[in-house]
Amino acid sequence: MTAASPRLLTTLRTGLFGTRANTLVTIATLLLLSQTLPPLFRWAVLDATFSGNAASCTRDGACWAFVTAKLRFILFAFYPPALQWRPSLVILLLAAILTASALPRLWGRTLLIAWPLTILACWLLMQGAFTSTPVASNQWGGLPVTLFVWAVCFAAATPIAVLLALARRSTLGGLRTFSVLYIELMRGTPMVAILYVAMLILPMALPDALSLDKMLRAIVMITLFWAAYIAEVIRAGLQAIPSGQHEAATALGLGYWRTQRLVILPQALRIVIPGMVNLAIGFLLATSLLAVIGIFDLLNAARASAADPQWLGFYNEAYLVVAVVYFVICFGASRYSRWLENKLAAGARRP
Amino acid sequence: MIAHKTIRRVIQSTAAAAFLATTMLSGLAHAGPTLDKINQRGAIKVGVGTTPGFFAPDSNGQWQGFFIDFGRALSITVFGTPDKVEFTSSSPQQRLPALQSGEFDILLSGVTVTTTRAFKLGFHFGPTVFYDGQGILVRKDLGVTKAADLDGATIGAQSGTTGELNVADFFRKTGKTFTPVTIEDTGQFIDALESGRVDAITQDSSDLVGKRTQLKNPDDYVLLPERLSKEPLAPAVAGGDDRWLELVNWTVNATLQAEEWGITSANVDEFLESEDPAIQRFLGVDPSFAKDLGLDPKWAYNIIKTVGNYGEIYDRNLKPLGWERGYNSLWTDGGLLYSPPFR
Repeated sequence: MTAASPRLLTTLRTGLFGTRANTLVTIATLLLLSQTLPPLFRWAVLDATFSGNAASCTRDGACWAFVTAKLRFILFAFYPPALQWRPSLVILLLAAILTASALPRLWGRTLLIAWPLTILACWLLMQGAFTSTPVASNQWGGLPVTLFVWAVCFAAATPIAVLLALARRSTLGGLRTFSVLYIELMRGTPMVAILYVAMLILPMALPDALSLDKMLRAIVMITLFWAAYIAEVIRAGLQAIPSGQHEAATALGLGYWRTQRLVILPQALRIVIPGMVNLAIGFLLATSLLAVIGIFDLLNAARASAADPQWLGFYNEAYLVVAVVYFVICFGASRYSRWLENKLAAGARRP
Repeated sequence: MIAHKTIRRVIQSTAAAAFLATTMLSGLAHAGPTLDKINQRGAIKVGVGTTPGFFAPDSNGQWQGFFIDFGRALSITVFGTPDKVEFTSSSPQQRLPALQSGEFDILLSGVTVTTTRAFKLGFHFGPTVFYDGQGILVRKDLGVTKAADLDGATIGAQSGTTGELNVADFFRKTGKTFTPVTIEDTGQFIDALESGRVDAITQDSSDLVGKRTQLKNPDDYVLLPERLSKEPLAPAVAGGDDRWLELVNWTVNATLQAEEWGITSANVDEFLESEDPAIQRFLGVDPSFAKDLGLDPKWAYNIIKTVGNYGEIYDRNLKPLGWERGYNSLWTDGGLLYSPPFR
């Protein structure tokens, strides 16, 4: 304790006031904080209303009573309150599979089988299949939808992306051209346009008998869209593998697929993990674009919750809740990515 | 040789698939009317928006609002119960194509009736259920009760909108002066008004009513009765299903006619005793009238009993937000709402 405190003080002093530039930055930051924190604190705590109804809330402080009343809607949107355990369970299932996928010691065939099964289970749960109270997908919303679309599309896009990346580096001209065209077309199109295609063009192109659920159409199109982005990240990883690896594998008599599966991809995918996590974070935030085709994702549900005449105009509080949820997930993902990089780097250093 | 065969097979199957696709597509173009799809599905798909009072989900995730109630009334006309209707929120940019693509059977999202939409997009509009238009919200202490009295006022308008031009036109017409303050972000309207930077703000009145409730002291401000532009909001359906359009028309008309006769959800049962043959026809006391039309004799009765007449729908959803009836009064009260006769 006595030994640690002076060291801490020294670190703080050199860190905050070590050089003239550091001192200036520190003072500027302190000034900024002294100007912003007290009003924020007054708004969020001192003047805030913690319970009651909209009438008991003043416009001077935060209305946390709004959050109490609307949290259910923001998280689950139109899902029938009596059946709320279903989307809750979906959130837990998705959290479990994401956590499992995050642990390197669980990477393996089991996980590859677990993913499609979990996705199927989530879909059936949300739908209320095999029960007497099915819930149509236009009543789904909030956090489960955001997480579900994100996880499913990312998981489904990755294998497609691997094939696209391999095709783009393939020596077969036709295959390579197709892959380049596909990737450039998708990357040259905004995601909103892709969602419009899912919403408006697909139903016109497909016959009535084949009409897919709107949520499903959106998931298919987003998967195809994200695959192009992931493919480019994976291609970067493929390019980083020295050609000696290829040649060695060929010399050992391994065919193309076994070379890729056993030698190239395990190394390449490891390299691109930070890039993939970066994409995943961006994609999570991009799911809020689902609002343009009328799907009530987390952000859209929050926005709608402040349009209720009973609780009109508490947008700050609604957006704050959503910001916290997004931040927790994204911050977790980014910390995980750092941890994993260190871990894998340690593994690579070992002879 | 084998390769040849394969290629021929591929060409054949591609041609077959293409043929199949074209027949399916052309079949789609002549698809049965909207009403067939609704009956087959057992529910009406309604495109809505999210504007306080008009359509917004409550804390339990149930849609509530002025247009929502008309959706429920429509469900009663078609199915006899108010719950066979699926509301989906859609943005203003996508709702029209979504109606065209058949994603929705009807838009109850506050679509303004315009010539282009009728001719070029091929939409049909039901009766106007809400006469909206650009309004002016002023501070009460100005002592102004109508827009023509505004002289020398500072008025905030959103830059680059027709609202800015409309207000300039209006003052040129009245010969009074005003100082325009253009504001880029409508979120700043409230600040500008509260800080006294402007005396009044102008925007679509449906937006202004929502803004007014967000002011610190809403009672210090008043929405002037004049409208500087015409925004008649009506149900919109895709062309090609006349009967569906008529069901929409007469569902709205039923709520108007009920208000004209003074029939409310509370007293509709008393009106069953009415000696007036028109009311007997309307409420299905004389069932032959509705049966001739292919409707449930009790359809209008059920709408009034469950959802209420136009005035009740209006008072329930829009009055708490400070909406005055204004143009949206019955013709008998000096408004624009008028139902054709039920006979």
